[in-house]
Amino acid sequence: MKIYVLVKQVPDTETNLKISGAAINEAGVKWIVSPFDEHALEAALRLKEKTGGTVTAVSLGPDRVVEALRTAYALGVDQAVHLKDDSYNVLDVSYAAAVLADFLKAEGADLILTGHIAIDSQSSMVPAMIAEHLGCANINSCVELNVEGTNVEAKREIEGGTARMKTTLPVVVTAAKNLNDPRYPSLKGLMAAKKKQVETRPAVSVSVAKIEVVALELPPARPAGRVIDGDSPETKAAQLVQALRNEAKVI
Amino acid sequence: MSTLVVAEIKGDALKKVSKELASAGRALGGSVAALIFNGTDDQCKELLASGADIVLKASLSDYSPQGAANIAAAVAKARGAQAVLLPHSIQGKDFAGRLAVKLGASLVADAVGVKGAAGDLEVRKPVYSGKAYATVKVKGPAVVTVRPNAIEVTSYSGESKIEAVSEGEGTVSARLSDIDASGGSRIQLQDASIIVSGGRGIKGPENWPLLQELCDVLGAALGASRAAVDAGWIPHSHQVGQTGKTVSPNCYVACGISGAIQHMAGMGSSKYIVAINKDADAPIFKVATYGVVDDLFKVVPALTAEFKKVLG
Repeated sequence: MKIYVLVKQVPDTETNLKISGAAINEAGVKWIVSPFDEHALEAALRLKEKTGGTVTAVSLGPDRVVEALRTAYALGVDQAVHLKDDSYNVLDVSYAAAVLADFLKAEGADLILTGHIAIDSQSSMVPAMIAEHLGCANINSCVELNVEGTNVEAKREIEGGTARMKTTLPVVVTAAKNLNDPRYPSLKGLMAAKKKQVETRPAVSVSVAKIEVVALELPPARPAGRVIDGDSPETKAAQLVQALRNEAKVI
Repeated sequence: MSTLVVAEIKGDALKKVSKELASAGRALGGSVAALIFNGTDDQCKELLASGADIVLKASLSDYSPQGAANIAAAVAKARGAQAVLLPHSIQGKDFAGRLAVKLGASLVADAVGVKGAAGDLEVRKPVYSGKAYATVKVKGPAVVTVRPNAIEVTSYSGESKIEAVSEGEGTVSARLSDIDASGGSRIQLQDASIIVSGGRGIKGPENWPLLQELCDVLGAALGASRAAVDAGWIPHSHQVGQTGKTVSPNCYVACGISGAIQHMAGMGSSKYIVAINKDADAPIFKVATYGVVDDLFKVVPALTAEFKKVLG
């Protein structure tokens, strides 16, 4: 089984974002693997350990994303491919999906795994788009994944609970937090990752619908808050109810 | 120019976000059609009253992302829709991407504002865990998923037509089975207009009833911080934050939550934020509209009692 994990490099949540023009200023940004992609990597490695096959990590973006692929190597993937595009815009989901789908189709990928949200663009759209390009099923927000031969059985999150989905390979699966507990890279893995070769290929440009990011701004400042005073919890509670009902008119 | 809105129902009720979408479509001008799967006439009327000129009823016996996308794409093509709006919900995320590929349309997800006209849209959306907002221009056909609670519902009275459509689900290679939506009778976090959340400060799972009582009085959903989930006090489905759910209720009541940046990433766009915490230096007070520096074990019951009094 050829397993491919789509790994996205994103700014660490703790990073203090600065904006220049309609993009973030990358100077000083600490980059990490998007948290849910770590669950996807873990699922891929466990499947490989159980049933064999190869695990390839793929990342689209400028040269810095090679660092995310080194992390994947440290965790134990067999191969890493960097689809190089210096001007990749993370909000251009149609472009990302088309480029990745072309690559995955040419590779003959059986199982495609990634996180169910990338914490930069917050779109959650690319996996289903890839599935549509490949003409296969997508199973989103997966919390349990079993592959026997070409049969896939998964449990996934739905609103207010879970449901099962069954299909056959190929399939695109997105990982939710409850799918597994991702491993940490071992020291040996980290050392070995430094020597592994990341294969860089130019992202093949495809003609897709285009979007244009015209502005990027910090969130509107929140109105100044107010501390509710009072000499007892009861008076504070009463004041708060007053404020929510008569001032904010929200309850 | 024409807009198609894909409505969503939950149990027997039309989700409020469906009406928000109809109103968002109305604001774009032109004609607005709403597509509903397995909808009732009452649900159709709600869509008509909030912005739709026509409601198209489709039937989809066993939900699948592929089936839903195939029907929506056929309907969008037949209507020449230049904009298709869907909820940014679990279901919307399932098939909006497939729909955009089928239509050759641009796609913008998790919008909190949609302006312009179908065919020439300006979409505003949070990025980087809500630490920034992007404005995206889209020319030509577009599919947009819209965050619940972001758009005001407006009332409308238009052509008011309800029609059945017969588009079939097409080829489907995976559908949902063994559906266990046992948590489904509760109000869903993403749809809730009020959320009461607990963190490490609630001290243990035995204290949820305290918050649940306040939820019951307010018709609120119960949320939790990662600290409370990681401690095993409540299932992950209640988690608000970067590795949990992103919510934007009208009112978010944080009880015993310090306000880690990862938590703020999930609730920072709430309209009003109430923080109840003993620690006056907790970061949550920096974003709170109203702060109560006191023991939540005393304030929350008092709050429940006070709301019971005024809400009757």
